[in-house]
Amino acid sequence: MSWLFTYPDTYEIGLPNQGLQILAEIVREHPHAVSERAYAPWIDLEAELRAHGLPLFSVEGHRPAGAFDLIGFNLSAELTYTNLVNLIDLAGIPVRAAERAPHHPLVCVGGHCTYNPEPVADFVDLVVLGDGEEVVTEITDVVLDWKAAGRRDRREVLEALARVPGVYVPAAYEVTYDGPRVRAIEPRWPGVPEQVEKRTITDLGEWPYPRSQLVPLTEVVHDRLNVEVFRGCTRGCRFCQAGMITRPVRERPAEQVRTMVAEGLRRTGYDEVALTSLSTADFSNISELVGGMAGSQPASDGSGDLCGPVSVSLPSLRVDAFGVGIAAELQKGRRSGLTFAPEAGTWRMRQVINKLIRDEDLYGAVDSAYSQGWRRVKLYFLTGLPTETDEDTLGIAELAANCIEVGRQHLRSPGVTVSVGGFVPKPFTPFQWFGQNTVVELGRKIGLLRDAFRGVKGAQMKWHDPTATQVEGLLSRGDRRLGPVIESVWRRGGTFQEWSEHFDLELWTDAMAEHGLSMDDYVHRHRTEDEVLPWSHLSAGLHHDFLWQDWQDALAEVGLPDCRWTPCYDCGACTGYGVEHVVASATPPAGGSQGTGQGLTWTPPDRTGAAATAVPVSIGAAARRPT
Amino acid sequence: MSRLRIRYAKRGRVRFLSHRDVARCLERAVRRAGLPVAYSQGFSPRARLHFGLALSNGFEGDAEYFDVDLVDGRAHVAVDELAGVLSDVLPEGIDVAAVVPIEAGTPSLQEAVVSCTWRFTVADASSEALAEAAAQLTARESIPLTLVRKGKQVSEDLRPLLGAVVAEPGERGAELTVDLGTKPRSVRPVEFLSALDAPELVGDVADVRVLRTHQWINVDGRRCEPISLGAPSTHVEERAS
Repeated sequence: MSWLFTYPDTYEIGLPNQGLQILAEIVREHPHAVSERAYAPWIDLEAELRAHGLPLFSVEGHRPAGAFDLIGFNLSAELTYTNLVNLIDLAGIPVRAAERAPHHPLVCVGGHCTYNPEPVADFVDLVVLGDGEEVVTEITDVVLDWKAAGRRDRREVLEALARVPGVYVPAAYEVTYDGPRVRAIEPRWPGVPEQVEKRTITDLGEWPYPRSQLVPLTEVVHDRLNVEVFRGCTRGCRFCQAGMITRPVRERPAEQVRTMVAEGLRRTGYDEVALTSLSTADFSNISELVGGMAGSQPASDGSGDLCGPVSVSLPSLRVDAFGVGIAAELQKGRRSGLTFAPEAGTWRMRQVINKLIRDEDLYGAVDSAYSQGWRRVKLYFLTGLPTETDEDTLGIAELAANCIEVGRQHLRSPGVTVSVGGFVPKPFTPFQWFGQNTVVELGRKIGLLRDAFRGVKGAQMKWHDPTATQVEGLLSRGDRRLGPVIESVWRRGGTFQEWSEHFDLELWTDAMAEHGLSMDDYVHRHRTEDEVLPWSHLSAGLHHDFLWQDWQDALAEVGLPDCRWTPCYDCGACTGYGVEHVVASATPPAGGSQGTGQGLTWTPPDRTGAAATAVPVSIGAAARRPT
Repeated sequence: MSRLRIRYAKRGRVRFLSHRDVARCLERAVRRAGLPVAYSQGFSPRARLHFGLALSNGFEGDAEYFDVDLVDGRAHVAVDELAGVLSDVLPEGIDVAAVVPIEAGTPSLQEAVVSCTWRFTVADASSEALAEAAAQLTARESIPLTLVRKGKQVSEDLRPLLGAVVAEPGERGAELTVDLGTKPRSVRPVEFLSALDAPELVGDVADVRVLRTHQWINVDGRRCEPISLGAPSTHVEERAS
């Protein structure tokens, strides 16, 4: 029984993916299973492969992809969907699941995008929702049994797989439509669940993976040791799908983190370690943890002697938890870039999206950074958020300019790089009902900011292409009718759409027109509370009522403190699965406004009246604040 | 602070690793082996590894070198065992052949190396024909080479940098062994092949296996290797003269 774990983008992008490395290791520990890996060949190699009649092959053994029993794809970004189809084809497998024979590999997908796998439903045999550590072995065993019984009927194994919790088999469900909407999604095979629930591992401490992180010989992104310090996040940022679908918070024991870091550095020879999570500064007692690591590496003889400086990077830093203490610890090693994500320019806007950090929190964080020797910090923002006004958009430039002023107290010419991305509403978030801004509107807002940044010395602005944002939005909340669209784009050569030099909006708009579908219906239309969403038969544990209420709270500009340190809002993620937050400390991190409720005037919101039902946002023009 | 000089080979599939990739790989290996590497000072401390002449992507090497600075007194370093220890933590194809301590003030590899011996293996050529082409080349008084430098065409003479050339039959085709000088600049193996001007023999340069067999330094007017693996063969001595 063999798995081919595949990332649908280049080796340089895909190799560091920790999810695939974890699963590949767990499968290798199975007594009757093996695993190898594959990545998307770049355009030139693909052309050579096709010219010579060679298939997609594995990195380790150079085995043809079609010889594996299961191909497991990680789907982390919507724009890789055409690469998924391309790789299935390059493996010599019919791209449509319905046309496959028993001897073909089973095509499995997992990763954050699979919370709405409907756009790729035609191409895949099975979908995994949630943490893969346990379910990968359960799938392996089902396929082993099927092979032992003669590997006769594909439907037989898919029915068995559909009974595994966390596994969704798209072919087992019938979707009917009503204009742009979905009318109903119903099981069409007996014995499959009406709603497929995600999988959640309860204790990250039981899964110290990857034990042997791969060390590539060529340069890749995130080329360093990665140690996941916790999974899940309950900050409750309303735009953030990752934070919603990976609840609850499960921290790795600090001692295990230390061991994984020390052993990992020794084994790999890396001099940089990233402590990964959705918000690493929230890890209990993070200062002490980082303090013991930065700038030091134990010698291999265990003498406690130092081998050389180690730099510690903390991706996803929250500004309200970043102080001089952490900054001082980090700068002991080689200084890596610092990125903060205030996400929105004004406090009002940040209450809407529930990113409850005050302007002062940001200034405090950048002050810590500049005072500890950083010359440039990166700030990440979203635009096109629900209820966003031009005042909110321009607030981004104001915040950035103020950060530079803060830096002037420490440096002659401090720098700020501002990165602006267009907001894409995601399934299983309170914003899943929101109609995304049009390309024109996003372009207008980016233009406003470019004008505002002119003449701000030290500021550099970067932005994400709004046309790519539109296609991400299309695929993020689309239904199965997008399958033929993806296939059309692929047949016309539209691979590597994540890469700006290959992305082509026209391929997508042409394919939509060809199949009689409207970009407006899929991307820009506000959804209503009673609408059957394309992912209604799937569950991330979050109650529909919780998400809708949170959407209403957003529109009422009501912030919601972190449930780790405040009473439960009954979102459903813990209670539904009988799991709990696993944190080492019941006290919120020092400083900052969230969690402590400081700076917040939180009162139970008024849940009656017009604000509870209307969606006070407009399309294509500057949105006004709700009154 | 003390310094070690390390000789290694890069053979097989790893020949497709770039010089920078190999450098990072060796740096990780040195840390994996637990060597007490010295680091540079400043905002961005780097391990103090000093690399010799770069080996182009696609070429193999039997005599590659780098130096590493160690902090004294940190940990006991058993130099005799180090070649084995390092080879164990390096990928297949990169093997450490020897490690020797070198004295302070020893010229760096970049400064000291004056020439390299290269072996070209040409699959479908006869060694006699290659020998003849080589004889014609070495008989010339000057071998002008046109280069583009900073957008301008400049002409250089390859002849003073071209040493002895020997062609002989080998296991995988005809083998052409040649000494190419490195001062004032290194002659690139592909420059030599194009100067040979024998397209009917060499064909596509990408199909030629290229191996650097030796790097040479001068010590008291005598040509020798930075680290010699036993006594040099008489064959090499002959060609050196």
